[in-house]
Formats: sequence, structure tokens, C-alpha cells
Amino acid sequence: MNASPIRLVLMVATRKGAWLFHGDTQRGAWTVDGPHFLGHTISHVQLDPRDGRTLLAAAKTGHLGPTVFRSTDLGATWKEASQPPAFAKPTNGLPARSVDHTFWLTPGHAGERDSWYAGTSPQGLFRSEDGGITWVPLPAVNDDPQFREWMGTVQDGTPDGPKLHSITIDPRDPAHLLFGMSGGGVHESRDAGRSWTTLIEGMEVVGGFDASTVTFHDPHCVRICPGNPDRLYQQNHCGIYRLDRPGKAWRRIGRSMPAEVGDIGFPMVVHPRDADTAWVFPMDGTDVWPRTSPAGRPAAYVTRDAGQSWQRLDQGLPKEQAWWTVKRQAMTADALPEPALYLGTTSGELWIGHEGGARWVNIARHLPEIYAVEVAVLA
Amino acid sequence: MKVLVPGALRSYTGETNVEATGDTLLALFADLDRRFPGLRFRVVDEQDQLRPNMRVFVNGLCVRDLGHALQPDDFVAVVLALSGG
Repeated sequence: MNASPIRLVLMVATRKGAWLFHGDTQRGAWTVDGPHFLGHTISHVQLDPRDGRTLLAAAKTGHLGPTVFRSTDLGATWKEASQPPAFAKPTNGLPARSVDHTFWLTPGHAGERDSWYAGTSPQGLFRSEDGGITWVPLPAVNDDPQFREWMGTVQDGTPDGPKLHSITIDPRDPAHLLFGMSGGGVHESRDAGRSWTTLIEGMEVVGGFDASTVTFHDPHCVRICPGNPDRLYQQNHCGIYRLDRPGKAWRRIGRSMPAEVGDIGFPMVVHPRDADTAWVFPMDGTDVWPRTSPAGRPAAYVTRDAGQSWQRLDQGLPKEQAWWTVKRQAMTADALPEPALYLGTTSGELWIGHEGGARWVNIARHLPEIYAVEVAVLA
Repeated sequence: MKVLVPGALRSYTGETNVEATGDTLLALFADLDRRFPGLRFRVVDEQDQLRPNMRVFVNGLCVRDLGHALQPDDFVAVVLALSGG
């Protein structure tokens, strides 16, 4: 039998560099390529699905400022962006800001070749129209006084800085965009980013805060369903949610998670075709927020009925004393007929969850802390 | 003038001792960026501020004001702060 021409590539971004893992459709053997950018903090590596060979990597080091590296040959060679994401000089009397790091990369709409979006820390939204060589800020977000109020200060964000993330493009309409901010809520544009409306109805906030205040909302990860782009799933600081458009109110579907596990976590993964199927990877959000696997027993959870019920998926994962967790960009699914899940841990382990997470197998250990895992199927 | 760049920037310059011109540190970094594209933004942010963990010494004196005037025979050292423990 001839080998399948289809192959997969995993893009693993870590605190100390990036690695690529190449595999075939059996997903049983992987060839490692890396490290790339050893010593750089790599927040995200993404492949351009429109050409299947252009990679962008968001990088910085402990001393040097942020940049974006670009490869047009699947990582064989890299070249730095000539104009990485950078804020404009201050306007409207707002305080000046500097990009600390680019956190999130999203390829643009399939019909907009060479377009990309980037989210930064502190929160900023940027667009490239030349494949990631030059980036321009979107002033309707970055320099808008209301957005700036919602963004808060660097003291209001996550421990390594407040982030703009989950940049999402409606596959039916390149002008329909969404993003999340930690903190600062979920926002939607239907005119390619010139104007925005806020999507926080139904989302809860930490007790004692006012849920009507956008600043207090902390979406961790928002995903649109390729099989039904009117459906969004969200893993939030305060639970798991689903939103079915044209509705405007998020519904907390994490209430049906086991009480001893809870519905706090970072990643949110959707099925490539079935909009009723989605996965999460819970963490301990009790007490002082350890942000570890609950009880030291890591597991993914899947819903196959749009959040009415959840099933635990831990076969092959450590049964006890495993205190790692999975960050918001570090879990994904491939688009093969029977999708596999992939996750990277804070302890530097890379895992594959065959049959939709039913059977977990380790791919790599001893990598640096993993920040992001993406997968692409290459023809 | 002579400029010492840290090893972390050698991927831009190819060497640690380079020559550059400018009547201020900002002008010096502009000249360095023309010759070594991308170098400036790794050291100086978009608000023309020296990045937090970078240090610049002019003739042995630590300077953070990038408007600092330079003379042609000054020696400028760009170094990484000892912030890594």
C-alpha cells in the first residue's frame, strides 16, 4: 500500500523556542524539527492554510523587544518582519503604549490572501496584508478611549501581561471579526474592524464585581465552529459558555461539568465539522487558583451535545500527581475524518489524543513550558 | 563612532564592534537600523524609549535619555541588563 501523501505538522511554541513535529495520517510516529529560535519566548506559531508553507512565529527574548519571524518554506529558513506590530504614537490624550509581545496570530479569511491578524500584550489588534512582513494597528480598538478604559492597565491583566486573543474570522464573511481580551470582554465587528460591539451578555464575572462592567470580563479562549459559524464556544475565567447567533446572550454550559472538576480552564477546542462537539481541559480554579490539573489528575472533557453533558477523557494520561495544566493556545484538533486532539503542557510535554481524545499518547517530553500547539494537515 | 553591541544582537550585525553615526542616541539607533534592519526595534520601543532590560553606556556612563547628544569620538556600548539573575 502506498504511503498517503497527506501529512501533518504540529507547531509547538514554548517559553524557550519553537519546535515542529512532522507526522503522517497514522499519527503514530513524529519527526522533530527544532529548536527554532532557541532562547526566544515564542508565544504562537501559525501556518497559513492558504498556501500550506508560510509560517509566522511571534517572538521576543528576556531583553530584546518583540518581533515576528516569517518562513515561506515550512521553517527551513526564517526572515524577520520588517515592521512588526507596534502601537501608534499617542492620540486622544491617551497614555503611550508599547507592545511587550505579540501573543496571538490568526491567518486572514481564505479569500484574502496574505492577510493576517495579530493580538498583543498589552491588548492591541494589528493587521498585515502582505503575509506578515508589515503590520498596522487597528485604531478603532487600539486608540479608542472606551476600549482603552476596558483594557485597564498592565496590573489588571494576566501575570505575564494583559492579552488580546481569540481573533476569529467568520469563514462566510471576511468583515465579520471577533476577539477576546483578558481582561476586557468579547467584541465583534461586522465591518472589518472599523466599528465594534461588545458581546458579554450572560457571561459571569468574579464574585463582588459588576458584570455590566466590560473591564471585569475575562474570556480565556473563544472559538467559532467551522461546521456552523453561528455557534461560538468560550472558556472563560468564570465557566464554559456557548452562544448561538443571532442570539446575543452566552449560556453557561459548564454547569453540567462534574462539580469536583468545575468548569474553569484555558483552552477551548471545537470539532472541525460537528458543531455539537467541543473539548475543554479543566484546571483548578478554586481557593487561590492553583491553575493545576484538578487534584493532580489531568483530563480533557468532551461534549457531544453542545454542552448538555460532558464526558471525561483521561485514558493514557497520568492518573495522579500530575500538576501541569494546558494554556489557552496549547490544545487543538486536526481536521482528519476522525480528529485527534493535541495538547502541550506547562511541564513541556506534548500529547496526542487519538479518536477525539479517547486514547492519549505522549509525543515528546522535556520541552520548555509550552505556550501554544497548532496542527495543520498538508496535502 | 565605535559601538559595542551585545551578542544577542549579533544576528543583525554579524559582529560585536560596529561603526555608526548620529548626533544623538536616537539618531545613532536610526543609523544602526538602516545598516542592520530590525535592530532598533529590539532595543528601542515604538515610543522611542529604551526597552526595560536594555542598557546604554556612553563613554562608560549609563544613559537612558535617547536624546543624549553624542560626539564623533564617543564610545557607545549597548548591553543587556543583568536582569536574569
